[in-house]
Amino acid sequence: MFLLQILKNDKGGRWLIGLLIALIVAVPVLNSLPADSALHVPTYTISLLGKYLTLALLAVAVDLVWGYLGILTLGHAAFFALGGYAMGMYLMRQIGDRGVYGNPDLPDFMVFLNWQELPWFWSGFDQFWFAALMVLIVPGLLAYVFGALAFRSRVSGVYLSIITQALTYALMLAFYRNEMGFGGNNGLTDFKDIIGFSLSDDTTKIGLFIASAVALIVGYLISRALTESRAGRACVAVRDAESRARFMGYRVENIKLWVFTISAMIAGVAGALYVPQVGIINPNEFSPLNSIEVVVWVAVGGRASLYGAVIGALLINYAKSYFTVELPDVWLFALGGLFVLVTLFLPKGVVGLIRKKETV
Amino acid sequence: MSGFSLQEFMRRDQVFDIVNAAQSDQLNVDKQILLYLEGLSVSFDGFKAINDLNLYIRDGELRCIIGPNGAGKTTMMDIITGKTKPDTGTAYFGQTIDLLNMDEPAIAEAGIGRKFQKPTVFENLSVFANLELAMAQNRDFISLYSAKLNTEQSDRIADVQQLIGLADHTFKLAGALSHGQKQWLEIGMLLMQRPRLLLVDEPVAGMTHQEMDKTAELLISLAGKHSVVVVEHDMEFVRNLSEGGRTVSVLHQGSVLAEGTMDQVQNDDRVKQVYLGE
Amino acid sequence: MMRSLCKSLLSSLMLIMSLAALPVLAGEAEFNQYEEKLTKAKFTEKSQIISDWMAADSGEALSLMQMMLDSQLYYHKKEKQLYRVEKAEKGAEAFKLRDGSSVVIANKRHFKRVSINNTLRSEFGALLSTAALLAESPVERRSAALDLIGTATPEVVGQLRELIKSESNISVQEAFNIVLAVADLNSDEASLVEAAISTLANTLEPSALAALTEFVERTSDEQLLAAANKAIQTHHDQASFYSGVETVYFGLSLGSVLVLAGIGLAITFGVMGVINMAHGELIMIGAYTTYVVQLLMPNSIEYSLFVAIPAAFVVSGLVGIAIERGVIRFLYGRPLETLLATFGISLVLQQAVRSIFSPLNRSVETPSWMAGSIEINPLLSLTESRLYIIFFCLFVFVALSLVMKRTRLGLQVRAVSQNRAMARAMGVRSEWVDAMTFGLGSGVAGVAGVALSQLTNVGPNLGQAYIIDSFMVVVFGGVGNLWGTLVAGLSLGLANKVMEPWAGAVLAKILVLVFIILFIQKRPRGLFPQRGRAAEG
Repeated sequence: MFLLQILKNDKGGRWLIGLLIALIVAVPVLNSLPADSALHVPTYTISLLGKYLTLALLAVAVDLVWGYLGILTLGHAAFFALGGYAMGMYLMRQIGDRGVYGNPDLPDFMVFLNWQELPWFWSGFDQFWFAALMVLIVPGLLAYVFGALAFRSRVSGVYLSIITQALTYALMLAFYRNEMGFGGNNGLTDFKDIIGFSLSDDTTKIGLFIASAVALIVGYLISRALTESRAGRACVAVRDAESRARFMGYRVENIKLWVFTISAMIAGVAGALYVPQVGIINPNEFSPLNSIEVVVWVAVGGRASLYGAVIGALLINYAKSYFTVELPDVWLFALGGLFVLVTLFLPKGVVGLIRKKETV
Repeated sequence: MSGFSLQEFMRRDQVFDIVNAAQSDQLNVDKQILLYLEGLSVSFDGFKAINDLNLYIRDGELRCIIGPNGAGKTTMMDIITGKTKPDTGTAYFGQTIDLLNMDEPAIAEAGIGRKFQKPTVFENLSVFANLELAMAQNRDFISLYSAKLNTEQSDRIADVQQLIGLADHTFKLAGALSHGQKQWLEIGMLLMQRPRLLLVDEPVAGMTHQEMDKTAELLISLAGKHSVVVVEHDMEFVRNLSEGGRTVSVLHQGSVLAEGTMDQVQNDDRVKQVYLGE
Repeated sequence: MMRSLCKSLLSSLMLIMSLAALPVLAGEAEFNQYEEKLTKAKFTEKSQIISDWMAADSGEALSLMQMMLDSQLYYHKKEKQLYRVEKAEKGAEAFKLRDGSSVVIANKRHFKRVSINNTLRSEFGALLSTAALLAESPVERRSAALDLIGTATPEVVGQLRELIKSESNISVQEAFNIVLAVADLNSDEASLVEAAISTLANTLEPSALAALTEFVERTSDEQLLAAANKAIQTHHDQASFYSGVETVYFGLSLGSVLVLAGIGLAITFGVMGVINMAHGELIMIGAYTTYVVQLLMPNSIEYSLFVAIPAAFVVSGLVGIAIERGVIRFLYGRPLETLLATFGISLVLQQAVRSIFSPLNRSVETPSWMAGSIEINPLLSLTESRLYIIFFCLFVFVALSLVMKRTRLGLQVRAVSQNRAMARAMGVRSEWVDAMTFGLGSGVAGVAGVALSQLTNVGPNLGQAYIIDSFMVVVFGGVGNLWGTLVAGLSLGLANKVMEPWAGAVLAKILVLVFIILFIQKRPRGLFPQRGRAAEG
């Protein structure tokens, strides 16, 4: 079978996808159990889990470029957020005249800013298919243009990291401006429904969870198919000995550009599924800190294994949810300490630990 | 090393067409000269690494280049392979291909392969994957993604593995090989790439005598269909390679100091002075 | 903004003068006599009383006039005595002029203001200003003269013409000339008007421009009109020139901040090749050190910065050394891992500051000698704090260059950064050099923090705000090159400020970022790249 062919050498991936499929089946069943049942899963938990899965997908995207191409991207939050904004714009248009100002044509914040008509770049976003397309195209295009410039002029290593960070920082500043037409500080929120389903309905929430799980499976398989191909081995060659690969005739910039763009699109999809589940998108999602956090998820999970990225994302986000509620002051200490400890003592992450155990 | 002999390999080449070079269609060697380097100069912060260098490599020739440290040997290779752009001068591959207008991958595609001084293999890939990537092939992303290994290709890889003595290490990571094995793997990669011109930088560093002999045999056998330029410090090895009146060039302070057979070069007063001091 | 500040300063100065005049109320009998007259007088009589009073005691009369103009002169209805009242309301204080004693107003009806009409108002104004024309300080004389522009009566003009002959101060002379020229604009003699226009064309006073603009509206003489228009054009040219100069000044000061923030990084990143994402937090620590120093010496804020600079250098330097010894030295040659680990450290440091000092911004005081501004001419005044920042930046740059070029440590640092193995072989203790270099870079970051504490809020996020800018400066300038950092920082600051007027602050910043991103594509090694085989490795 095609699926097993892709996962031939990927035991972790088989486990992961098996687990995700099990979740897709089990979660709606467990949710439908009576509320006092011990096995009942509340909708709140499902939304949280769905959010984690989108973040895991983002981590997979980052692992693809960092783990397999060696590009330490500090700007993937930008692609995530752009995907999120594309979805947010669609959700915003779906509000219609149910906003506070009841204007059928303009979102609330535009009415508030005294805008008379919808800016041109908002047109089309009332259609789901168009928004879905933009979720892929906008991050992809930005990654393509940025990558084409950066890779052709052979900006690499730390320099590249720093300018990816500058990129997301610049975008954050830009989106904070009201004049940009994306809601400024407050971003986009107060969403009502998505392709006709109310976002406050339990079934919609479960549907979004399933969509996130499916997206993670598909994103994972695409990434795995890539790394298992000869192109994937070429990526590793580029990562480990870039100039050797050049002297061998590989157009390093093209390989990087392709993978970077694909990764950005995956990140865009993750963002698009994240937004309806948390109900808001604002410029803070562009913050450089977010991008770096994703890198830590991958580092904790274990680079260049893809499923390690998923493990890392789930572990740390769970810890974050726990700490920020229970011990908010400790969270940054813990996160910061984790950066240091993982790089010093656990260069292969959790996955490395597991593998070591297996070989012993 | 295995019992698989070089002669056998070379004979089977003709069957499988392995050592026929993969090269640009535009390559024109009507004048029997494969590489023209004329008037090359390059300086780094005032230091002239290459100074008015003129060098011609004949088609099918095996040329050894010697010279003391800092003579500009590696910089010359950097210029030929597109890593460094010279300040002045020209570099042509055949009569028509201007190397100075091309980048590294384009030069490699045109038919120039390089082996580095320090063996650089892809350490996190298996021996097999290293050879597979080196293989002459379409290297755009889509082709790479959809590439499937055919029988001819896997036979070819197996043959090269035999030749370089790594037949039993197909799935071993290249990083886990010994230094000598890495040298051989890199030579194997060069063979997979099938360049018309091979630039070989200190190929025998860290090799045993038997291995050196075998390397010499291999390089000599490649000459003829390919041009081979060898930069080497080991005089014994160079003497071995240049037997039969092959040309040796001596580089000093960025330009060619002397050229001729090994005997001629060794008896040249200026060369003696450079090597033995004033 | 600056001008209105100057004005309020001046008026408060005048107030102080008039207060100072109070105790000098000499000649009690005379005072009582005039006081009584004044409380009873009609408007028409008041003028005479005051001019008599002027003759008797000009200082006293002037301060009274000022009070009347400010509507602060009252008299007690029963006592018939004069009071100075700032606020005529119950509970406020009233100062008796006779002896300077103060009473609390029990009922505001007991007091009546010594009222004046418009005629008196302008008369007193003119008297006051002509009196001020004789003041001791040239600054006062000048401002008094400038206040007369357009309002000078023929008598005042006559006085001015006399005074200018004996005036020795050039800037006061200029002010007099402007007043006279504005008066001459009304003259019937074309040659006088022409001369006036040319005088007004050559000054930078905004009031001269106002006078010219007004003149253009009422004159019908073609020739004069052309001359006046040309003079106005000159004014506009001057104005845009000086606003340009001001922009450059702002740009340089912003640039200096960027250089200060980046120059420590130029050492750790540029020379050592260590990506220290906690650099911003080292700056922040320097700023907090300033705060702590001021807490410890609350009575000598004036000198606090001189203590804070070395203190911040030591504190940030020690933290830097701790980071290097504790984490970075295990990660040499693995830049991406270093980046992550130091980012973790930056989070820990931020949270530590939040836990110790609270997440809110702390206020660091600015010593008074840094406040104020230098007025170069009416169109251009330079804020002193910015000037200090520029000088401080240059000072740090020169000091650091000297350390790198002239000291043993500098030599060893360069040796290690160029060829570690060789340096070790020659007996350089490379580990020690690493620690010292990192300490130096971090210490300089701390010093930058002291400077920043004078400009922005000191809070846990201070470092984050500057880290990206710092990296941009170093990368733009070319790694391993202090000169590059200086040039890059200053030019980025300039670019930012030049774009600000038409793009707005945020967009200007975005444009600068985008520019650098594009620039790095074109020249990956910055403005002043290092060349050579080693550099290309």
